[in-house]
Amino acid sequence: MAASSDLEHLEGIDQYKYGFSDPDVSVFKTRKGLDEQVVREISQMKGEPEWMLEKRLEAYGHYVERPIPTWGPDLSSLNLDDIYYYVKPSEMESKSWDDVPESIKQTFDKLGIPEAEQKFLAGVGAQYESEMVYHSVLEHLEEQGVIFLSIEDGLRKHPDLFREYFGTIIPHTDNKFAALNSAVWSGGSFVYVPPGVKVELPLQAYFRLNVANIGQFERTLIIVDEGAQVHYVEGCTAPTYTTDSFHSGVIEIVVKKGARSRYTTIQNWSNNVYNLVTQRAMVHKNASHEWVDANIGSKVTMKYPSCYLMGEGARGEILSLAFAAEGQHQDTGGKVIHAAPNTTSKITSKSISKGSGRASYRGLLRVHENSVNSKSNVVCDALLLDERSRSDTYPYIEIDEDQVTVGHEASVSKVGEEQLFYLMSRGLSEEQAISMVVSGFIEPLVRELPMEYAVEMNRLIQLQMEGSIG
Amino acid sequence: MTEALEIRNLHVAIEDNEILKGVDLVVKQGEIHALMGPNGTGKSTLAKALLGHPDYEITAGEILFKGENIIEMDVDERARLGMFLAFQYPVAIPGVSVANFLRTAINAHRKAADPEDKGISIPDFRTLLKAKMDLLEMDHQFAGRYLNEGFSGGEKKRAEILQLATLEPAIAILDETDSGLDIDALRIVADGVNSLAGPDLGVLIITHYQRILNYIKPDFVHIMLDGRVAESGGPDLAEHLEEHGYNWLREKQSKATAG
Repeated sequence: MAASSDLEHLEGIDQYKYGFSDPDVSVFKTRKGLDEQVVREISQMKGEPEWMLEKRLEAYGHYVERPIPTWGPDLSSLNLDDIYYYVKPSEMESKSWDDVPESIKQTFDKLGIPEAEQKFLAGVGAQYESEMVYHSVLEHLEEQGVIFLSIEDGLRKHPDLFREYFGTIIPHTDNKFAALNSAVWSGGSFVYVPPGVKVELPLQAYFRLNVANIGQFERTLIIVDEGAQVHYVEGCTAPTYTTDSFHSGVIEIVVKKGARSRYTTIQNWSNNVYNLVTQRAMVHKNASHEWVDANIGSKVTMKYPSCYLMGEGARGEILSLAFAAEGQHQDTGGKVIHAAPNTTSKITSKSISKGSGRASYRGLLRVHENSVNSKSNVVCDALLLDERSRSDTYPYIEIDEDQVTVGHEASVSKVGEEQLFYLMSRGLSEEQAISMVVSGFIEPLVRELPMEYAVEMNRLIQLQMEGSIG
Repeated sequence: MTEALEIRNLHVAIEDNEILKGVDLVVKQGEIHALMGPNGTGKSTLAKALLGHPDYEITAGEILFKGENIIEMDVDERARLGMFLAFQYPVAIPGVSVANFLRTAINAHRKAADPEDKGISIPDFRTLLKAKMDLLEMDHQFAGRYLNEGFSGGEKKRAEILQLATLEPAIAILDETDSGLDIDALRIVADGVNSLAGPDLGVLIITHYQRILNYIKPDFVHIMLDGRVAESGGPDLAEHLEEHGYNWLREKQSKATAG
């Protein structure tokens, strides 16, 4: 039975997620806009080693030279000079609850989130009682040798490991926004799973101390050593309210020989946000990586999780969902590079567009020469909810090897009149009928989410659907 | 109290093309009616118009159900009032399990009856669904399958009957439920309908074959020709039809018109 119907069994299951304490730190905020001095200040505030400052400066140099990409969504109203590039967490939290827009508060209420959690989600909460569950999870991980820290603590406590991998999966030269992130990054996670260790519970950013918000320029580095296993979950189905209009993250993942990893993101930014994220996994011999990526909200999202299949027998899978409501452009998809024999990949993309919303699938599949017996399958399905909504597909396929099997399917469907008549003839209102078709459409993705997220995801989609009937 | 579906002088057009030209028919709870007739005489149009399909425009006449004229009601309101249509071609809803769908539908009915209703609990729902599936000799696995997706013809029809059994309407219209069924499937569907029939359920079976009537015994038989109910009678009318076809009725009609 679908997760949505088990809702009442799950009430309270996610109560443990938010256990936070917030140290008293002095207030610091760089001035608006970005130059070399701001980059230096950020590095200095964080007490970083010289090599990191140099990396930041180098990235900044590249950022300045690199033009804003014009091949995708319209970014012309993105004003990069009108942004604070570094705000210390204490400053972010000093916002008042009164400043949070009424619509966001109402959505929290509809999702049934207690007020204390609402304040945290809106970035105005600070003190949270740590709970036993959270402590025991962390202790258990520590016993296994798993490192799970903020990215800053990762650099401070494990400088050699950090330096070995940081920026190697996504170099700052990758794209303009990766360069920007590499110059000003702040917040995010550092994860190391030792060889052979299987982390049973999904690691959630919520478990980690001292991270009250997903950083505007979050940076996450995950290293899954040989034969290890981990599932990392980031994000939150509740709307991530932020006064910042720009989020540009970089997620780097190394999956070593025979290891398995999965990274699940659910992002629901408020509708003023440009969400431009680079996330990539380097997958080695007989290892596998899966991205499960759901994007709801934001003004513009550009996000193409990628798998670089570097070793023989490596496997990559990308499952992405985008919901483009009124005024939103979701430009999402996936990228897979086959660079070794017997590698397999699968991209499944689902998008829903509503009103003037526009969802684009943009994908790249590249098979290098000598990647014999590689297999790939790409499926993109788009669902349009009304006459105005729009969906586009930009699949790029580049294959330099003959002995490969590649499949590509794309479909665009509308919520059909006959489907609605059928469902309504059983007593469902038009709104319920549409949302049932939509929840069925996204079911293949929701099924892959941890239970409490699946439940929240379904509720969230119901909320997005409200007011669909003209 | 026995409720009735009363169709009075119903005229229905699709894109200005008049299909139904004054249908009169009354179906009461506890009765089984068969509506027969050749293809293209408006039987399925009647079924869809009764439930309020948006493409079917009612140009004249009334549909009374439980004493109310339901012509202005939306499809879902009619359903919640106690009407049910078993579709000739059930529509697939990928990703939505039979169980999830039925639970949502039951809750929509309950909520309409009582706005404070919190919905059926999962254990209660499971018990109910299992009982209904057992009644229809269905494998319980069926509940977890996506609604009508990849179903065989017989499975689709059984799924329709399962919905009928679960939603417990006052009046059920079965639109060509026998078409596309082999004899075993037909028997199962017919047994299902027979087991549901009773004082609380009125049934209108639409068919252009006699054969389903070998398994479900109607109390009344009506024959539709050219958008009207041309003849009504008892079960013997169906047998007469089986023997003589529709021509005698056409001749009778044209004589009546000429006279």
